[in-house]
Amino acid sequence: VALAEASVPRRQVATYAVERPERRVGRMASRLFFLVLLAGVTVVFLAPLAWLVSASLKTRSQVFNGEWVPDPVMWSNYVDVWRAAPVLSWLQNSLVVGLLGAVAVTLSSAAVAFGFAYFRFRGRDVLFGLVLATMMLPGAVTMIPVYLIWNELGLVNTLVPLWAGNLFGSVFYVFLLRQFYLGLPRDLFDAARIDGANYLQMWWRVALPLTRTALIVVFVFEFKALWTDLLKPLIYLYDTALFTMPRGIKTLIDRFGQGGEMQWELVLAATTVLTVPLIALFFFAQRYFIEGIATTGTKG
Amino acid sequence: MGAVAQGALRARPAAGPSGLRRAEARAGWAFIAPWAVGCLVFTAVPMVTSLYLSFTEYDVLRPPRPVGLENYRDMLVDPRLRLALWNSFFYTALYVPLSVALALGLALLLERVTRAAGFFRTAFYVPSLTPTVAVGALFLWVLNPSVGILNRALALFGVDGPGWTTDPAWIKPGLVVMSLWSLGGTIVILYAALKNVPRDLYEAARIEGASGWAEFRHVTLPMISGAVFFVLIVNTIAALQVFDEVYTMYFGQMDSGAGSSAALFYVVYLFRQAFEFLNMGYASAMAWLLFVVILVITLVQLRVSRRWVYYEGR
Repeated sequence: VALAEASVPRRQVATYAVERPERRVGRMASRLFFLVLLAGVTVVFLAPLAWLVSASLKTRSQVFNGEWVPDPVMWSNYVDVWRAAPVLSWLQNSLVVGLLGAVAVTLSSAAVAFGFAYFRFRGRDVLFGLVLATMMLPGAVTMIPVYLIWNELGLVNTLVPLWAGNLFGSVFYVFLLRQFYLGLPRDLFDAARIDGANYLQMWWRVALPLTRTALIVVFVFEFKALWTDLLKPLIYLYDTALFTMPRGIKTLIDRFGQGGEMQWELVLAATTVLTVPLIALFFFAQRYFIEGIATTGTKG
Repeated sequence: MGAVAQGALRARPAAGPSGLRRAEARAGWAFIAPWAVGCLVFTAVPMVTSLYLSFTEYDVLRPPRPVGLENYRDMLVDPRLRLALWNSFFYTALYVPLSVALALGLALLLERVTRAAGFFRTAFYVPSLTPTVAVGALFLWVLNPSVGILNRALALFGVDGPGWTTDPAWIKPGLVVMSLWSLGGTIVILYAALKNVPRDLYEAARIEGASGWAEFRHVTLPMISGAVFFVLIVNTIAALQVFDEVYTMYFGQMDSGAGSSAALFYVVYLFRQAFEFLNMGYASAMAWLLFVVILVITLVQLRVSRRWVYYEGR
């Protein structure tokens, strides 16, 4: 190893001295090639979204005309879909479920993760093994009995089953947050103890602020998941006024599209309304999205 | 990092009176209580219930009627179930390798352009933020054989695009194309792994005179194999449980003819059995089959991974 290290600088100097001009041109050419390639892929990735926005602004007869720029621009589609369906209630329901569920899962998972990371008690590691094991369980196995529980409680056809399960933490986030807590030095908590903090204060005043990034990651991930979900609203919601946005759009597709009245410009306007908030959230919290995903891959 | 901190926790002598330790244990239990309760109510009890229901006939309206192994026997001869399994396997077998290969290719490209990488990474990630129902609604038209932008783009190259949403043979490949569009998460993970490869390894390889391919094969690939394995597992488990987009496109109040067979994925069929036909017993048995399938595939992948995944420091 020492030999290899020693020889690096000399060799580099030598090659640079001899090959520099062509090499630079070659490197620039290849860089340009890669940039062009990436730009091409970017166009492919963004084209469907561009089509969505464009089609949502066209007249009914022009929706599928293959033009990228709508002419005339029908802003009225967004008003019409508002009139044709209770889109405002749907958005409100989605927002309520998303916010309640994301806050609930963030706080409960953080508490549980802290319990597993900081405290020493008999059976802790066995229980944490159980946390990891339940991560493997597909949702389909518990889907029916959980429905029966909410049914027993008389809460089917309310928004409660969509978010209340989050009060009990989510194993994936518990795992993620525990990793962050384990990275905090124990002395920090001992110091807080000496200052008279109790366990709850140690969590709330020391652990939570120090893992803010991780908490925001959990919040945005769960918000995205809840905002997107179709399966639970299909299972639990019957009244149109209670629908979340995805559930509502599914109804619009069944009613206006697919052999229905073919008012796709309205469906696509609603679809745009569903899509834009998440992309906006992403641009505010981009760092957290990217960091969160990258962490799950490297720490998982 | 985690292991070190945990070591530190253990190394600390169990000092103080035993009352303090008991207080700590009690507080620990209080903190994990939400999970413990949730695990009992929303996981353990439902698992037992689901297993019981799988041996009964149950439509929610009347109490469950025990039928022994009938649901499992029915599964053996149900042609729709066989179709659903086949559809899900076909889609997974096509999607998973393609998604990992394409994401790896794009992540490698991102690594080449260093300064502009952030911009392109964002561009690749944005589609995966599109809600699944929106993806379904959108791709019903992107993939439309006559007016969709995919076949219009193919026509520019003189290719006569297939019936992505109408031809039973092309519906699943069409759904794979749709899923590949939301590849952003996989790209981000693999790109992060690529950036974590120590630079001096590349320098050492270059000094050894390694070609670009040899460098990729013997330096890059082993160093990111952990992340590749992770996305393989995660994408496989997700692909076997696809529901939202497919249900949006091909099911609901009106079933479109070709799609209702070619796109009958396993979880779609399970959902319909449970909540549209109210065969809760049969659907529970189906759920357990899914569990076993996922378990077996994951265990096989874990087993095989020992031969090719390299973990640093092990």
